[in-house]
Order: sequence, then structure tokens, then C-alpha cells
Amino acid sequence: MFHRFLSIIRRQRTSPRCQNWCLARSSASAAEAHSVTLPAQAQVVICGGGIMGTSVAYHLSRMGWKDIVLLEQGRLAAGSTRFCAGILSTARHLTIEQKMADYSNKLYEQLEQETGIQTGYIRTGSVFLAQTQDRLISLKRINSRLNVIGIPSEIISPKKVAELHPFLNVHDLVGAMHVPEDAVVSSADVALALASAASQNGVQIYDRTSVLHVMVKKGQVTGVETDKGQIECQYFVNCAGQWAYELGLSNEEPVSIPLHACEHFYLLTRPLETPLQNNTPTIVDPDGRIYIRNWQGGILSGGFEKNPKPIFTEGKNQLEIQNLQEDWDHFEPLLSSLLRRMPELEMLEILKLVNCPETFTPDMRCIMGESPVVRGYFVLAGMNSAGLSFGGGAGKYLAEWIVHGYPSENVWELDLKRFGALQSSRTFLRHRVMEVMPLIYDLKVPRWDFQTGRQLRTSPLYDRLDAQGARWMEKHGFERPKYFVPPDKDLLALEQSKTFYKPDWFDIVESEVKCCKEAVCVIDMSSFTKFEITSTGDQALEVLQFLFSNDLDVPVGHIVHTGMLNEAGGYENDCSIARLSKRSFFMISPTDQQVHCWAWLRKHMPEDSSLVLEDVTWKYTALNLIGPRAVDVLSELSYAPMTPDHFPTLFCKEMSVGYANGIRVMSMTHTGEPGFMLYIPIEYALHVYNEVMNVGQKYGIRNAGYYALRSLRIEKFFAFWGQDLNTLTTPLECGRESRVKLEKGMDFMGQDALLQQKQNGVYRRFTLFILEDHDTDLDLWPWWGEPIYRNGQYVGQTTSSAYSYTLERHVCLGFVHNFSEDTGEEQVVTADFVNRGEYEIDIAGCRFQAKAKLYPVASFFTHKRRKDDVELSDLHGK
Amino acid sequence: MPAPTQLFFPLVRNCELSRIYGTACYCHHKHLCCSSPYLSQSRLRYTPHPAYATFCRPKESWWQYTQGRRYASTPQKFYLTPPQVNSILKANEYSFKVPEFDGKNVSSILGFDSNQLPANAPIEDRRSAATCLQTRGMLLGVFDGHAGCACSQAVSERLFYYIAVSLLPHETLLEIENAVESGRALLPILQWHKHPNDYFSKEASKLYFNSLRTYWQELIDLNTGESTDIDVKEALINAFKRLDNDISLEAQVGDPNSFLNYLVLRVAFSGATACVAHVDGVDLHVANTGDSRAMLGVQEEDGSWSAVTLSNDHNAQNDREVERLKLEHPKGEAKSVVKQDRLLGLLMPFRAFGDVKFKWSIDLQKRVIESGPDQLNDNEYTKFIPPNYHTPPYLTAEPEVTYHRLRPQDKFLVLATDGLWETMHRHDVVKIVGEYLTGMHHQQPIAVGGYKVTLGQMHGLLTERRAKMSSVFEDQNAATHLIRHAVGNNEFGAVDHERLSKMLSLPEELARMYRDDITIIVVQFNSHVVGAYQNQE
Repeated sequence: MFHRFLSIIRRQRTSPRCQNWCLARSSASAAEAHSVTLPAQAQVVICGGGIMGTSVAYHLSRMGWKDIVLLEQGRLAAGSTRFCAGILSTARHLTIEQKMADYSNKLYEQLEQETGIQTGYIRTGSVFLAQTQDRLISLKRINSRLNVIGIPSEIISPKKVAELHPFLNVHDLVGAMHVPEDAVVSSADVALALASAASQNGVQIYDRTSVLHVMVKKGQVTGVETDKGQIECQYFVNCAGQWAYELGLSNEEPVSIPLHACEHFYLLTRPLETPLQNNTPTIVDPDGRIYIRNWQGGILSGGFEKNPKPIFTEGKNQLEIQNLQEDWDHFEPLLSSLLRRMPELEMLEILKLVNCPETFTPDMRCIMGESPVVRGYFVLAGMNSAGLSFGGGAGKYLAEWIVHGYPSENVWELDLKRFGALQSSRTFLRHRVMEVMPLIYDLKVPRWDFQTGRQLRTSPLYDRLDAQGARWMEKHGFERPKYFVPPDKDLLALEQSKTFYKPDWFDIVESEVKCCKEAVCVIDMSSFTKFEITSTGDQALEVLQFLFSNDLDVPVGHIVHTGMLNEAGGYENDCSIARLSKRSFFMISPTDQQVHCWAWLRKHMPEDSSLVLEDVTWKYTALNLIGPRAVDVLSELSYAPMTPDHFPTLFCKEMSVGYANGIRVMSMTHTGEPGFMLYIPIEYALHVYNEVMNVGQKYGIRNAGYYALRSLRIEKFFAFWGQDLNTLTTPLECGRESRVKLEKGMDFMGQDALLQQKQNGVYRRFTLFILEDHDTDLDLWPWWGEPIYRNGQYVGQTTSSAYSYTLERHVCLGFVHNFSEDTGEEQVVTADFVNRGEYEIDIAGCRFQAKAKLYPVASFFTHKRRKDDVELSDLHGK
Repeated sequence: MPAPTQLFFPLVRNCELSRIYGTACYCHHKHLCCSSPYLSQSRLRYTPHPAYATFCRPKESWWQYTQGRRYASTPQKFYLTPPQVNSILKANEYSFKVPEFDGKNVSSILGFDSNQLPANAPIEDRRSAATCLQTRGMLLGVFDGHAGCACSQAVSERLFYYIAVSLLPHETLLEIENAVESGRALLPILQWHKHPNDYFSKEASKLYFNSLRTYWQELIDLNTGESTDIDVKEALINAFKRLDNDISLEAQVGDPNSFLNYLVLRVAFSGATACVAHVDGVDLHVANTGDSRAMLGVQEEDGSWSAVTLSNDHNAQNDREVERLKLEHPKGEAKSVVKQDRLLGLLMPFRAFGDVKFKWSIDLQKRVIESGPDQLNDNEYTKFIPPNYHTPPYLTAEPEVTYHRLRPQDKFLVLATDGLWETMHRHDVVKIVGEYLTGMHHQQPIAVGGYKVTLGQMHGLLTERRAKMSSVFEDQNAATHLIRHAVGNNEFGAVDHERLSKMLSLPEELARMYRDDITIIVVQFNSHVVGAYQNQE
């Protein structure tokens, strides 16, 4: 690898088209440290000369920003970028990741023409092998989604696989996915080409310059302190790869970037006797945990083992860097796997085993976006060893983010703000990445929960619920019950319960749902993010009226469902706000909004000491009493009439429950079912829970979990922020006109955009689909991300789904677009358009008929609800 | 007593017997040879069977055989799972740790691990371990029986008492005799360390005790009051010879109890080799009769392992033994006394307990058999006189005694029957045990460096290293670990689970074709104590 890198440099120097950049570079490297003079100021300083840093620089400069400085502590394109295996693969699980990879592919392909620097780009295609039926299902799901965003791919038979690659043993395969446009490329050369192009556009590049820390004043980046002096800047971009975590913490106001490196090994061989063709496709055998690509006539093969070796837990450690050696014993399972896949390679001579640390994040998605605590501090790191595939697209989105304030696609799934300081523990990261790295090639089944780094945030009732058979899921570090296993019931072991079909908890959740419908259930929902906004005067109301689309000037005690919109009218948050008093508001948001919503409020709230925003999430335990008998339970406990006449829906009152006083009782359940939410100061939590359970016994009370909640919510057509709704979705697109008061007498954010949209019509429409010919017992279950076809034409993707025990059908939620048949352009979607269509949902290549609804199917439900009863759900995650 | 007879010798009917010896003769390392007319007849019965024809090949052929088409296509092919394999391997394992006193272990022995894996049904190997209570030291032995397990069982029960008695000073012997005489409680002589499967025969204990008592009475009479230092070597030789003599005599005299009468005859007509170690401080004596072996594991300064053999095999591969036999018999018998690497063309070990067919005169044999019980008379084997049987005895139980003074670098002693040694080289045995006992986790990392290594070679190397690691963690007993290797080793010297599983799932009647009974005792020495002894002197 090393000699190859040297040759790159040489080629660089002789290339006339990049002289500009070479000058900058050679002067930087040739000169002594003290004689290099960094510019005193720049608009943007990018730290990191790997593929991420150069890609951000490239895209920023292409968007017209010229005053950019890129700093690299060593040489350009060193680090993970230099060692990267160079496989560009678009077959990703998230659509946003697919789009980033697709963009990268197109970018790299023309990069050589644009810059004159050879990038070694070869369109080889890639083949993903399936050894099991489950793997094939997983591939088919990816395949359906690749096709609808215009990336060609197909599911092929093992026989066809054998034709694509000369050495492959295909006897144990059940099928494969072929992505013909995937490519291999030299990542170091790509980074150099991007740097060269950026440099031509005016970006100044300095290597051998380390960033010591970022200077922050009043929560805003002001400059960068390097080992060669200071640079004043407005924006700082942390593209420091596996060192991003440390760099983030080095500021006075630390930015937590949760990522951790693991050693990653791949093998290089000498050429075969008849060297492999340049365009031999890359093979990915996820069941064998390996990838194999051709490399200079031989092969390059690595993988993601079950027992990863985390590294640099204690930070940058010279000893560890020097000891990054080949560990053949560790590589043995992967080598066995390779020889099983390609037995003929036995005689192939080894060149080297490369140890190249890769960076992983707690949820296997990369990290990008602006820091919630320091404005102007951007991050792009934690690529989970897909840096090359994402490099182009991620760089583009981040550049857009910096220039426009938001990227052109919804990137919430990758947003730094999905994490908080709580994911920043080194121990947590070390344990979690050991689970994440194998997960790259593990089967990804619906509703998978991480096993490591658990039980961090828990409700005071955790032990009580656990003893009653609760099975837990984690959201933003908080343990939430999924369902309660009855004492006499055995569930499958964790490993066996991985399925794309009907899960083994089906009956359990059914009984919980039934209990919610007929009696009363209690769900611990303490994980919700809870803020209090108070002010001495009317400031709180004013700022909220500006930030939220609904009218918050309601009588005290009322609850309002409202969206927190951005300028474009998209949902930044979707929450319920209770007016506690004239000057104080209680705001309930989804669990994973804790960081994002806080940052958004802080950013838009005026600096005013009389206006106080407080995060009270930890202060309250939330119990959700769902069901027709919740009224009886509460009135018995409080000796207060709880009937709708005395306690209308969407009403909030502080009252006593049992012996405990000051419980915030709200008549809403986030499901559309009757019931109450109790916000209980934590020290009363156990008491109130015990009382509720004791008194509730005669009303048939039982514990329930989030799976029941989810089923109830989806069948009532409740959208969740973070899954169904995102920063690009407006209230008009999801049928929530009623929650927007365009004429509330004052301007609010996103108002103009909504007014315009109201005039022009929406380009997509949130729709509920009821699967018609789907057999719950035998067919694959929908999850999310399934393509929707209208009259045979692709119109969008589902965003979430659940089995409705009431309808006895699967319900999917998703957006319907109207793509012009000729140009593919988006056109206005009318209710008529949605209603007049024959729909099909594609689950892993198999299409099921679906009935589309724009409003909840009320007639199916046994009880009548008032029209204004429709409330917003909270925000269950995936 | 018909019922117990059936139990103890259920296979006496003619056809059954021919099956045992018939199959035995196809295995080239069986103690008894196949050249007898009777046995060759029985061979004919089996030769038409094509599968059995392969068994006549040298033992290497089993691998080809099991890898071969026929085995692979057997419809009811099944493999044992790793836990099943482990439960078979560990069924007989036993570990003893010498208790520490006052936090200090004064014994030169840390403890021992022992185990055995049957190939015969029932197993013919026996093992014994005991601490001498009236003298210092510990006795450990392995016994390999042939033509049944009667003799090895008797030797395993009795030999250590004979040795212990031979080692006892005159006063102690007198004390014991007086106690027996006056019906007082006896001083315990031995503390046995037995696996639950190691049994002692209750019926014969009185008989055995009487013979032993006669022995010590004679010892008392011989050593009239003069207290001389007891020579361990001499004591071992005397004990071996005396026990064999008693076995022979008991068979000649018979017993009024028909069960016991039949038992002593079976003991005498079957045979057993013995390899016994006596460890007392730094003094290690190994007394060996037959082809079991004692091997010392020595760790060199650089950490590598070497094997020091502490016994000589008494078989045809030992020129001195062949020479001895030829000298003990007239020149005319030089060709017949060792034939086809066997004693009189029949017996593989050249020294053994029992086997009176090679010790008694023809007259005596005939007389005993005729006066013996019917079962013995019906037994073709016992009635059969070895060919060229001119100048008995041809066989002795006299052991060869080796003395070794323990050094700190002597880490352990392996006593094992030939079932182990014929499958594994002594260097491998010592290396495997040594690495097992020292933990051996310090495998050097591999680096390709500038060498030409193919993927296949690297893979082989890595699999081997991994197998080593995993098998080390699997066993808590050095002897079990060794058996795992002996049975499951592939060509790389690594345990191959598939092979292990195949070997262990062989049906009873086939197991003996592929391997012999294996019995192993691994004694671990305390280098600190040994070193302290050395420094004292």
C-alpha cells in the first residue's frame, strides 16, 4: 500500500493540471514548520484531509464559497482514507445512504475527467450473496428500494453468480443481488483529486498542521487554534475521522461526537497466475462476513468479524498506532470464510494483511450536521467503514447545510443532534461499537434492539416492570417496555426471534391492545422529552407563538398539538404543549428530540434572562393510562369526577392521585384512545403506580408496552416525527391543516411557506394503506421503506407500519407523490389523485394490494370519537 | 453361581469367542497374534466381508477408509456434537490435587490427572494411584490387560499393597502382623485415589489379603530384626515377582468357592502389563513390565519441551529383550521364541503378569484346566497350548526399574498404556501436556514478513493454532486433553472435531480396529519443592 501511495504523490507532482494545489502543498510540506504562515482568517476551516474533509471543501468551493482553509495534521489522504479498501457500494439499508452512495458514484466517475487525476475508478459492479432465505429477503428489500431511486440492481440465481465471477463457490447460495453500477476506486486518489479541484477553486490546503482546539465565544465558533497559529473563522468542520471525538472534546465548550474506532483487517494477495480481470465484480458475502474485490490482478478481501477489537479507547495513543500490526489469528475466521467461498485461491500468495482502524457510531449511521451547543461547528465523521461510498454525498449535504442552513434531503437519521452527551461515555462507545461492527454484516431484521450500552436511563419503575416480565427497547439511552411476557409464556431466544415474518410476541401484544380497547392499560412513557418554558411577562407566549404553527394563546389548562416548523414549513419537531399558567408552558416531545429541540429553541429564543427554558425530562415519570376504564381508576384514586364533562379531552390539571399531590394529569393518550397521561414527580412514581395497579385490578388493568401503543397509533393514522415526519414535511402534506393557525394574528415560522403551499397545492400526501391480500401468518411483514405503487407506477415509500388488531390487517403509512410520466417531475397531489388509484406495496419484491385512505377509518372502530379528539402521537422510533 | 459367571464372562460361547479373537487378529497391534490354526479359521469367516478386508491394512488406512466413499454414503451417518464428545472423553477423568499444609505444599507432587478411553468392551486397561501412609511417597500405575480384564483388575488392586509392604520397615510389619493376629484395627497402608469407575472386587479381598499376609510374614521371617535401609528398586522388583507368583499359585491351588476358583483361574490365564511410578521427594522410581511407558516432561531453559523416557518397552522392538529371551532358551528355539515380533508368535509384550500359558509347563496347564470348572474347559483359548512350547517359562513379570532424581526442570510424568504411544510420538505427548500445563497462551503472533506464504498454508496454520487454543480451554484434565489429541489429531497435529467425533462414535465391535484402550496418568511435579530439595543437599 505504501509504495502505491508514493507513486500517487509522484503522479500528482507531474500532473500539470493541479499545479496550483501542488504548489500550496509542496511549499507547505517542504518548508519548516515555523515558516509556514497560515491565513489569519477564513470563512470556513475544515479539519481533516481525508475523503470527508476534501469532499466538504470540494462541494463548498463548488457552491461558490472560496474563503476556505483545509488543515491536515499529517499528509493529505492519509489515515483511514489511505487504507480504505476502495469499494463503492450503493446497496445500503437507508434510502438516504443509498442516495449519498449513488451521488458519490457519479461524482467519482467523472472526477478523473474533471481534475485529470487518475482515481482508478472502475465500474465493476458488486454481487451480494445470500446463504440463507432470510438474507435473500433482506437483499430483496434493498433491491426494491434501489430500483425505485433509479439504481439498477437485480436478484439473481446462484448459477448467474457463477457466471459473474470465476472462482466463486456457489453451492451453498440461495440467491444473490447484483448491483452492476457499483465501482472500485482508489480512495486516496479520490481524496487527492477532490483536494486538487477544491484547491483550484481557491481552497487553501495546509498539511502537517494540527488543530489544537476550536475557539468558541457565546456558543459560536470564532476561530481555530493550531500548532502553527490561529485562524479566525465563522465555520469549523470537524472531519477528523477517528480523532473527531477527541477534537470535539478539546474545546472549552465540548462538542460530543460519539464514535469509536475498531481495528479492521483486510488481506492483499499477489496477482493470480492469470490475473483477475479489472472489471471482476466485488463480492460481498455477508453471511460469511467478508468482502472480496479484485486488486491489481490479485484479490483484496476483508470483513467484519464477530469479535471486533476496539482501539484508541483512551484517545490517540502513539503506542497503539505503532502496534497496529497484522493479527492473523484474529483474521482466521474471515480467511476460512474466504477460502470456503473461493477454494481455488488456496495457492494464491499472500502479500499483506492490512490493519486499518475504522470508525463506528452507536447506531451504525454516520454523523453529520451542526453541533447543538456550538453554532458554526459542523461535523462529518463516523462512517462505519463506508466512508468512500458516502464521501461524495455526505460532503455535498454538509456543504449545503453550511451554505443554506439545511441540506436538500432529510438527514435526520444521520444528524449529530440525534445524540447527546449521554452517548459520549468512552465505556459505552467501546462496548457499543463492538456490537455495531459485526452488525454491518449481520442480518438486519425489523425491531432489532442493541444489547450493549443498555439500562443507562431508566424510569423509577424499571425494576417493578422488569419483574413483571417487561421486555425492553432503548431510545436515546432510555429503557422502554416493548411488551410484557406473561409468566406462563416462553418466547424464543433473542437470536432465534430474528424474523421478517410474524414475530413470536404477536399474541402478547394482541392481548395488550385488547385490554387498551376494552379495559385499561398502563404504559410507562417516561422517556418523553419534557421542557418547561416560563417567563416573567408574555415573552414565553410570544416566542412560542412565533416558533409554533398552532395558536398557543389558549386558556390555562388546555393542551395544544402543534408543529415546530422551519422556514420552509417543515417539521423540526412535533409536540404537545400544555399551558400551565399564563406565563408557563409544558412541552412534550419525542424522546430523541431532547437535543435537537433544545438546540432549536435555544437558537431561536431571544437572549432574555426573564425567559427560562428548562429541561425537566428527568423530573417526571410519565404513566399513560389507556382505555375506557381509565376514567374509573383515576376518579377512584382522586375522588374527583373525571368524566368528559368535568375533564374534557386535551385538558391538563394538577391534582392528587392516591396520597401524592401535584400530579399533572392530561386527558390525552397519544393513541386516540380515551385515557390520561400522568406526569408524576419521580419520587411519587412508585406510589402512584402501585395505587393505580391496586385500584385498577377490578377494572382489569394490566401493563402494556410500546408495541401495543404503536399498533393503536398507526391504525389511527398518527404520524410520528423522526419516522413519518421530518424537516421536509409540512403539516399540509400530512393532513394537519387543523393544527396550523395561519391567521392567528401574528407571524410564525414557516407561515409564508405554508401559505404558498396552500395556494399551490402539495406535492406529496401522507396516506394510510390497509393491506388487502396480505396473510399475516405466512407473508413477509411490512416494516418501513417499502415502495408504494399506484396503478403500477412508483409513487413513494412507506414510512412506518404496524398490524392493526382492530382491522385485522396490516396498516402502512407513507407518502404518495405524483411523478410526471414524461419528465419524472413532481406534480401536485390532490385528494382525488390519492383516492383514484389502485395501490400496491412492495415487500421484498412481492407486491400486495392496498387500500389508500387519507383519513382514519373511523367506521371500523367501535366507539365514537369527537372530531377534535384527534391528537398527535408522540414519536415512536423504529 | 451361574448368574455372576454370566456377568463376568458373558462371551464364552464358542461363536462369541471366535468373534473376539477373530476381530482381534486383524488388528496388527493386538497383543495376541493370529497365526494359530484355530484363529486363522476364524479369520476365514470374516474375510469375505469386504468392509473387514480393509481392517487388515495398517492402521493408517482407517483415515482413508473413513474418508472413503462407502463411509460417506452410509445413510445413517451421524456425528457427535462437541458436548457429546466431551461427555465421552470426560466420563473417566479423575484429578487429584495433593492437599497443601499450612499454605505450603511439602510434597514434590502437585497432583495428577488421569483418564481412560475404552476401545475394548469392557475396557481391559486399569489404573491405580495411592499415597503410601506408612512410608512416604506416592504410587501411580497403569495396567494394560489382554485376553480379558481379569488380570489387569487383580494387579491394579493388589500390586500397590505388595509394593507398600515391601517398602515397610520391619517394625511396622511386625506391628501390622500383631494387629491382625490379635484382631485389632489395622494400620492403614494405602490411601487410594480412585475414580468411581475404578472398582475393587469384594469377593476376592479375603483371598488376596491372605496371600498378602503370607508375603509380609515371610518378609518378617527373612529380615530378622536387622533394620537395614530398604532399597526401593529391590522392593519394587520383589513386589512384582511376588504378586505374579501369588497369582500363579492361587490358580494352581484353586479355591473351594467355585466363583473364586474361576476368578483366580481367569486372572492367571489372562495377562497384564504394568508400569508403576513411585515418587518420594526427588526420588522417582519407575518399574515397568511390558509395553506401557513412563515419560518425563522436561522444560528446557528456553521454554521448549523435551521428553525423557524412563522405561523400556518389553517387546520385539527392544533388541535387549529379544536377546534376553533368546539367551534364556536353548539355541534351537532362537527362531521360534520370537516370531512375527511376538513371543512364540503370539504375545506382543515380552513381560507380563498372569499369562500362565506362557509360564507353566504343559503338564501343569493340562492338569489345572482339567480339574478346573467347566467354563474353563469349554474355552478353546485356555486349552490351546502355544506352538513350540518347549522350555517354559517364557514369560516373567519381573520389572525393569529406572531411577531418576527429579530436577526443577522436570515438570511432569506421563504414564500411559501403549494405546497412547502407538498413536502419538513421545515428543508430541510431552509438548501437548507441557503446553497445556503451562497455559501456553503465549503463542507468538504470526507475521508474513518477506516469506512466500499461500492462503491455503496460512489457513492451515491458523486453524491449527486455533484448535490448540480451543482444546486447551475445553479440558480441565491433562489426561483428557491428551486423549483428545491422541484420538482426534489431524495431519497438522491439531484436534479435528469431525475426526474425533467419528472415532468416538464407532460401534463397540469396531472401535478396537482403530485404537487400543488408552489409559493415561499425568503427574505434575512441584518445581519449587524439587528445587528446595536440591538446594538442601
